[in-house]
Amino acid sequence: MNRSELLSRILITAGIFLAVGTPLLFRMRTPIIHAHMAENGGWSPEIIQAEVGKPLQLRLTSDDAMHGFAVGQMDMDAVDVEPGKVTDVTLTFDKPGIYTFFCTRWCGLNHWRMRGTIEVSGSSADSEPVPEPALSEVAVPLYVTLNLDIDAPHESPIIPSGQPSTIRGQQLAADLEISRFNNPDFYRANSPYQLFEELDSTDLSDSEKWDVVSYIWESNTTTEALANGKQLYAQNCAACHGENGAGDGVFADDLQAAGEASMQTMNGSMDMSMQTPVDFTDSKRMLGASPALLQGKILRGGMGTGMPMWGSIFTKEQIWGLIAYLYSFQFEYQGEIQ
Amino acid sequence: MSRIELTGNPFVKSALKNRWPQLAVFIVMLAGYLFAILAGLVGTQVGSHNFSIVFVWIAWWAILILVAVPFFGRGWCAVCPIPLPGEWLQRGAVLHPPRKKPKWFNLRWPRAFRNIWLQNISFLLLALFSSVLLTTPNITGIVLAGMLFAAIGLSTVFERRAFCRYLCPVGGFIGLYSQTAPVELRIKDKQVCATCEGKPCYNGSANGYGCPWDVFPGGLTKNTYCGLCMECIRTCPHDNIAVNLRPFSADLARPSTRMDEAFKAFIMLGSAMIYAGVLLGPWGALKDAAYNVGTSAWFIYAAVFLGVIFVIMPSLFALCISRFENLNAFKKRFATLSTSLIPLGLMFWVAFSLSFVLTNATYIFASLSDPLGFGWNLFGTANVTWQPMLTSILAPGQTLALVGGLIWSARTAQKAANEAKTSLIPVIVYCFITTLVMLWLLL
Repeated sequence: MNRSELLSRILITAGIFLAVGTPLLFRMRTPIIHAHMAENGGWSPEIIQAEVGKPLQLRLTSDDAMHGFAVGQMDMDAVDVEPGKVTDVTLTFDKPGIYTFFCTRWCGLNHWRMRGTIEVSGSSADSEPVPEPALSEVAVPLYVTLNLDIDAPHESPIIPSGQPSTIRGQQLAADLEISRFNNPDFYRANSPYQLFEELDSTDLSDSEKWDVVSYIWESNTTTEALANGKQLYAQNCAACHGENGAGDGVFADDLQAAGEASMQTMNGSMDMSMQTPVDFTDSKRMLGASPALLQGKILRGGMGTGMPMWGSIFTKEQIWGLIAYLYSFQFEYQGEIQ
Repeated sequence: MSRIELTGNPFVKSALKNRWPQLAVFIVMLAGYLFAILAGLVGTQVGSHNFSIVFVWIAWWAILILVAVPFFGRGWCAVCPIPLPGEWLQRGAVLHPPRKKPKWFNLRWPRAFRNIWLQNISFLLLALFSSVLLTTPNITGIVLAGMLFAAIGLSTVFERRAFCRYLCPVGGFIGLYSQTAPVELRIKDKQVCATCEGKPCYNGSANGYGCPWDVFPGGLTKNTYCGLCMECIRTCPHDNIAVNLRPFSADLARPSTRMDEAFKAFIMLGSAMIYAGVLLGPWGALKDAAYNVGTSAWFIYAAVFLGVIFVIMPSLFALCISRFENLNAFKKRFATLSTSLIPLGLMFWVAFSLSFVLTNATYIFASLSDPLGFGWNLFGTANVTWQPMLTSILAPGQTLALVGGLIWSARTAQKAANEAKTSLIPVIVYCFITTLVMLWLLL
């Protein structure tokens, strides 16, 4: 082979290596977490390893629609994950455990299925080993302690004719002995209807009793918790349950159609309604539900109904705030929820 | 007709004869092509941010249809990287001809397929899947790789550039439209070729390879099958090959009578109109049908697509020009007169391409800085926001292209009608109606 031929071949080989090697090399060196609609695979990879105290640098991109990224039970702002663009996120974990990351944009009907986990190993930041708590000390959700069947019907037999008002209730309650109702243990374990029944011993009319229930219900929460609940609701619940709680979110019709398609053959047409998002303006359902029961539904999710489980994402405080906000679809609370 | 011999300039001539400038271009093009394949396969699957989609279907297409084909004819074929690996393998060398040729099968291409029907089919195959192909990086990567491997495979079995000449999906229409270009490669003196011994331009010599396009330059009368590879300039012992500047559409003065080329004209005219309707039109159901390959809606779309191209448009044309005569004479007249559709088809594609190229050109800047969607920002343009460019000149530009195409076709029809000894009015009426439809689709 003469020298010019050799030189040409070297140049060609170099060009080929450059063209082929660059994408492959960077593909290997730059792990990127890809977001797809749940139908197309969700997050890839969906399990990420991390160590306590060591910054975890993530590079996120979307291969289809606009998605969002946030980690449950962690104080971080959600970031957008745009198609074809890369978003950098750095996370530092204080405690070991399994964290759930999830999509924060309503990307599609199965948006809530877009979840993955971050397995954080190592010991807590304070370098003290985390002892395994005794079984008796493990925080058991209230609905378990109360032995509630959260799937059983829980309708209130009586409902108010108009919207109960905290302001009217506050005036009426001035003459009543109600201090025992104003504590979290009572509030969380009882439904508004159960409180309504407790007020039977008074001389109040039904509508006045409901006003007092409204007042007591608002007294058991704070404006801050309500505001947080409202924000969480708007970000995570309104897509299906609707901005005004009426079960008419943007995905409601699609959910119902999906339910009709998937459940008719499995359980018969009676179960189809399970796919319809719950209407929080339905007084029978809401006034018969205790905060503990709602906590159970939110923590666990709707088991085949399309309602996701939020236990790994929301903190306890966030869930109580959210529940307090759900009751505002029934009661006319005193102040405007910010 | 006046011609200017570009190879009369010693600098141009030596630049074309020397293999190094060509090799430098080849290396860049091949590297770009391989990068596009890899980008399609391992880069982001968001088409608008992937090099394979943006550089192949927007940048390359814009250069091809708006510049390369109208002004340089087969200029793209001269630098196309697809046949190179196969050709190098076939030749056993990348530069000068080697002393010892490698032993490949070196078969002649089957006689039955020595036409552009296979190219018509390969173009239509891509066209029918184009909505998916043009938007899905993976598919683009696979198709580009497939063409490269097909070219390599054919080079090891058949002689010369069988892929380019008979199979390449774009080679067919580039060849057809290259007849309109103001550049040509021709011999200077016929007599020299007639008396030339050994015909090294076709058979090869120590100075260069025999025509890779299976063309004897001495018989060249039109651009259609000359790939401008410049081998004959290197092999001609009599310095009898010239690259000329010439008037536009000079080749169309002598219309072709081949049916494969006539149908190529209808395929290109019809597919430009269908693309304008599907890709630029407001009909969502049509877009869905074209995109959802394999569904019954897509099969209907495919049937309509093929029906328009192979039945409706040629039948209407045949109806326009029909008169009593025997079938062979009619076929000849049909092919001759369909030459008039070549400038119109080219300008249809120019008008259609203007629209989507100007609409999507900003993606080129973003993709240049982050070709794989890995979050790079090589030239600081990764975050250029998408916006259509030069929107004010789009509609006038398209109208000008279409009206210009109509006039150009009318002039071509005049020559074709003279050749076929028939009236040019029906052809002009046909061109006029199709132009009106295209105007309606685009504007």
